[in-house]
Amino acid sequence: MSTHVEKDQVSGRETTGHEWDGIKELNTPLPSWWVYVFWACCVWSVGYWVVYPSWPSASGYLHGMFETTNRTQLHETMANVAAERAPYMERLAALDLDGIVDDGELLNFSMAGGKAIFAENCAPCHGTGGSGNPGFPSLQDDDWLWGGALDAINETIHVGVRWDANEDTRFNDMPAFGRDEILERQDISDVVQYVMAFTGRETDKAAASRGTEIFADNCSSCHGEDAKGVHELGAPNLTDAIWLYGGDLSTITETVTNSRRGVMPAWGDRLDEETIKMLAVYVHSLGGGQ
Amino acid sequence: MAMPQSQQPNPAHPAPHNDSLSEDDRDQPLFKARDKVYPKRVSGYFRNLKWYALIALLGIYWVVPWLRWDRGPSAPDQAVLIDMDLGRAYFFFIEIWPQEVYYITGLLILAAIGLFLATSLFGRIWCGYGCPQTVWTDLFMLVERYIQGDRNARARLDKARWTFEKIWKIGATHLSWLVISAATGGAFVLYFNDAPTVLVDIFTGNASLSVYVTIASLTFSTYLLAGWAREQVCTYMCPWPRFQSAMLDDESMIVTYEGWRGEPRGPIKRRNLVRGEVPEVGHCIDCHACFNVCPTGIDIRDGLQLECIGCGLCIDACNEMMDKVGFPRDLVRFDSVQNTQLRAQGKATKISIIRPRTIFYSFLLILVASVMAFGLMNRSTLEVSVLRDRNPLFVRLSDGDVRNGYTLKVLNKEQALKTYTLQISGLNATDFQVIGQTPNQDGTFALNVAPDRVGSFRVFIAANPAKLDGDTTPFEFSVTDTDDNVRETYDTVFAGPK
Repeated sequence: MSTHVEKDQVSGRETTGHEWDGIKELNTPLPSWWVYVFWACCVWSVGYWVVYPSWPSASGYLHGMFETTNRTQLHETMANVAAERAPYMERLAALDLDGIVDDGELLNFSMAGGKAIFAENCAPCHGTGGSGNPGFPSLQDDDWLWGGALDAINETIHVGVRWDANEDTRFNDMPAFGRDEILERQDISDVVQYVMAFTGRETDKAAASRGTEIFADNCSSCHGEDAKGVHELGAPNLTDAIWLYGGDLSTITETVTNSRRGVMPAWGDRLDEETIKMLAVYVHSLGGGQ
Repeated sequence: MAMPQSQQPNPAHPAPHNDSLSEDDRDQPLFKARDKVYPKRVSGYFRNLKWYALIALLGIYWVVPWLRWDRGPSAPDQAVLIDMDLGRAYFFFIEIWPQEVYYITGLLILAAIGLFLATSLFGRIWCGYGCPQTVWTDLFMLVERYIQGDRNARARLDKARWTFEKIWKIGATHLSWLVISAATGGAFVLYFNDAPTVLVDIFTGNASLSVYVTIASLTFSTYLLAGWAREQVCTYMCPWPRFQSAMLDDESMIVTYEGWRGEPRGPIKRRNLVRGEVPEVGHCIDCHACFNVCPTGIDIRDGLQLECIGCGLCIDACNEMMDKVGFPRDLVRFDSVQNTQLRAQGKATKISIIRPRTIFYSFLLILVASVMAFGLMNRSTLEVSVLRDRNPLFVRLSDGDVRNGYTLKVLNKEQALKTYTLQISGLNATDFQVIGQTPNQDGTFALNVAPDRVGSFRVFIAANPAKLDGDTTPFEFSVTDTDDNVRETYDTVFAGPK
């Protein structure tokens, strides 16, 4: 072995012996502790293989000392969260809805929880934040089909609307006046003119006056003589600015001709009492609660 | 760059050289063993400066958490405290909320510019005097020297066989280092908790896991960095030495060796000097005193180098030697490169502190400091922010009006319960309500916000779309602190149909 070590004349430092076009590379070795840290990391990585799941094997994989998986970690986290929530859930179960709203802490808890539950279960139809979609009512406004008080909202969530699997479901059935040939085309046209007059729009006066009697005979039993709707029957108010399916001439004509039959599931069959209470408090708080 | 195209012999790269290349390659060590540094004790002007800096800085570190500052019953009375749980930082009369973290950014910018200025003026004095790595290493060396003796004794002890004396001396050194390290780690957590409480908790086992983990990791890192790594931190880990030369110029004051009168160096015995005679040149007697006291183990006579932390201990060591042999002092001196050259030519020296570089750094320093001071002086104790609901933009109500929802946040930065008056202006609203609040007679709302807290309120405003001007109407929320007559406004918009 050669003991010759070449020194660079300018800097007086050792070279590695590598040379490119006359430019020599100086040797600047790493400090030894740096190399030790490298080996320590290698040893550490072996420790990792032992403690955590690592290598695949023919019939599965190496599980590691503590059987750590993301799934078990998730279960642990969820169990911890449930344990943290438990005292609140107990109080939610014990109190009625008004009691929950009066308890500031529970109100905040329900608002936060209800928001998450709403996003998971209700938002696909009612829109995020309950802003509504055509055919799916807005939960932020002050117009309610089945009532906007806490108890009414709670009940609606429980039993759903026209949900056949639930005996107590909110139910009504507007006749398809046109399709089932209850009214003539002309009668429908007249009554639509009459209905549109409630919201102060330009209508055919003669047609509207012909519609008065048709409305009284066919519609007022549910919508009320003043057309302001009946919460108990789920009949919408026809005199306000809010239309579930749309308030223009063709949409109203369509509704009278073919009826509408929106459906909402009975969440009492799927969610527990406390969850529905939180949901009711949240929906009530969106701005339209009565 | 041309790569070799063929196996033809190239006159620039003779074959024998290439042979030795491959052999050299094998001989090179993969890593460099550390040359342990045994700095010798020294006394003098710069050593004293270093002691004062050490006492002052360690004193600040260990004493500050114990200072008290009365802020009333609703806030902690620790003068300097960072409360992570609540998200508050207290510094004497200043209280910082999380969203005001830019003050910390400002402090860091000030520190950086301060460092640049100090370096361009006086070289790496931060490294030599202020850096925690230097301060703690200095303290550890003091302990080491007290137990094991000075340079030669320590080097001997390291080479000696393991006797009882060596075991107890090394053991006592490391134990003392660990005690200091634990005190260092322990003091750090005092800045994040109420100091008297957490200190008792630490010893009674009641402190949180994070407190113990912090103490343990800082104890370990202090012991490792100040006990073992020392100058390796400066040479291999710290980025600062790598770009210090960008801050320096010929007029920066640095630790320099006056080669012009030092060389040729050589032991005094061989000079044939008459007793008391001082030669013209060749003042360096090559005694290695400067090298022996250097905490990073370098020879300052090689000039300014990466490893030099600018502490000036070599100046003290050299002066002591020069006094002994009766040669002029300051062969190694704290001066600029330019002055060394001027002196070599026999010209008058000058120290110019005011240079374009230092003017620029000072200007930046003053600018940032003024901006920060202005910001702090005018820091409002009341802040208002309004988040407008965006989903949906507006809600149609049964009477045909449209309603917008807002979340109003009122930040009360005072240590007292406040009642604010909320009103809106610039909008023809048909309804204005704050959920859970009853309006005053004049339609405004009185909102209570607890001391040092954020009050959050849901606000609903309705308006008749026919009376709105376009689909968005700008208007403002205003929150007034009636006691102090402080008023904050927030501009937002009311959305309606197109």
